[in-house]
Amino acid sequence: MSTLRWYGDLYLTMARLAIIEQFQYRAANYMYMIGMVAEPVVYLVVWSVVATQQGGEVGGMTPRTIAAYYIVWTLVRNMNIVFTPFGWEQRIREGQLSGQLLRPLHPIHYDLAFFAGWKVVVIVMWLPIAAVLAWLFRPEIDPRLSQVAVFAVAIWGAYLIRSMLLWMLGMVTFWTTRVGAAFDFFFTAELLLSGRVVPMRLMPDWAQTLARYLPFESTFGFPITALVGPISDAELIEGLVRQAFWIVAGAVGVALMWRRATKVFTSVAG
Amino acid sequence: MRLFLIFLRIGVMNEFQYRINLAIQLLQSLIAVGTGLVVLALIFRQTTTLSGWTQPELLVVMGVYTIVGGIVGFIIEPNMGQLMQDIRMGTFDYLLTKPADSQLLVSVRQFRLWSLTDVVVGAIVGAWGLASMSATVRPIDAAGFVVFLAAGAVLIYCVWLLITTGAFWFIRMEMVQELFQGIYRAGQYPVSIYPTWLRTILTFVLPIGFAVTFPSEALTRRATVTWGLIMIGFTVVLFAATRMVWKFGTRRYSGASA
Repeated sequence: MSTLRWYGDLYLTMARLAIIEQFQYRAANYMYMIGMVAEPVVYLVVWSVVATQQGGEVGGMTPRTIAAYYIVWTLVRNMNIVFTPFGWEQRIREGQLSGQLLRPLHPIHYDLAFFAGWKVVVIVMWLPIAAVLAWLFRPEIDPRLSQVAVFAVAIWGAYLIRSMLLWMLGMVTFWTTRVGAAFDFFFTAELLLSGRVVPMRLMPDWAQTLARYLPFESTFGFPITALVGPISDAELIEGLVRQAFWIVAGAVGVALMWRRATKVFTSVAG
Repeated sequence: MRLFLIFLRIGVMNEFQYRINLAIQLLQSLIAVGTGLVVLALIFRQTTTLSGWTQPELLVVMGVYTIVGGIVGFIIEPNMGQLMQDIRMGTFDYLLTKPADSQLLVSVRQFRLWSLTDVVVGAIVGAWGLASMSATVRPIDAAGFVVFLAAGAVLIYCVWLLITTGAFWFIRMEMVQELFQGIYRAGQYPVSIYPTWLRTILTFVLPIGFAVTFPSEALTRRATVTWGLIMIGFTVVLFAATRMVWKFGTRRYSGASA
């Protein structure tokens, strides 16, 4: 069997397992998703109020395009949920990692495949939530076909980039266990420079420039703007190229860090 | 009351063993408040008021939001989390056999002392907002603030206990806690900015409006006597209702340890 088929099989099987497993926890998944909806609704309302007060527009966005931004946000946010860096401590302490090290494939593949399967469940469950939000907030959205196509690719690109970023962050646990504060700083930077709290174009220019050199926008603001617009075809392609760059950079980073990390790792549970 | 003080002393002694956590908690409070301040600054780059609230007034709201969050984290959240775990594990049975009132007992067993850093940080932010406001705080405003803050904390406690009591009937309630924490974020802004349906939910169903916006309104001279009375009446009614549900629930509770 060719290597590619082999990987394909693994991903399909892991993803299917995740789908079956997560569909059993529908209620829990829903509670979690609804709790998460509160955050964008707050931003949505705040920025809509600002837009209305400014005569119907803020930074070129009307309350209805703001609604579109934050409703698409909810899907992108769910796509962004990956293995948490806080989970590494448990993996190491409880010796789960020892078993994973014995497997023939790099352990990141198991994570990627499992969470990708979970995403399928999340997307299906997201549809009714989006419908309710759309009914409540009347978004205005009119994407071109190219936008829809790029969006469909970009949410998975965002998923890959964030998975690898958080893997690298989590691997810091191999060297020190006092990681909570470092994680907090990372998440704060991400929150502000990804387009999560505020669409990037409402940020000051220097922050927008800074964000161009960081991976965060590729995981959040770009997929949303790809669908919601306004965005030119050239900008769509540029965004995809950026994502490709961060995927390669992430893969190299994970590979290098992993090699060094496993050298300092001493097994806990034999 | 004596029981409360004893538990409090044990809780404080426990926490003092982990003093490094104070630094970590303080850092986390500062990061959270810092992020909030950045977002406020971004909003006020575009506008001068938000639904009639000026930037210093919103600082007051953020201060109160952080203070209430600290109170919740100090006493409400740890106790309700412990209760939920006890019900699931069956250890709740032992609690019912103790000679003290069971509702009181489950409400004052645990304290997360370092959450009080949020109260301190929130007070500083709130004071900063008050200092930048042109109006001064009259004694009546301060009194209203204290009363509303206390009533708001009681309201949150009631709602949380009601939800937790649901664990008598449904086992998996942890997600409800996540839900509450998610929705609590809405309190960062005065509830008056939200659409009517949402404002109603945030006031009477999940009383974040009462708990955060009302004390802030007292400090910024927006509170009215009518609404103050409505809030206090609502608190009394909800507290009584919670008490009834608790009694009903514990009477029906069949135990999980046997």
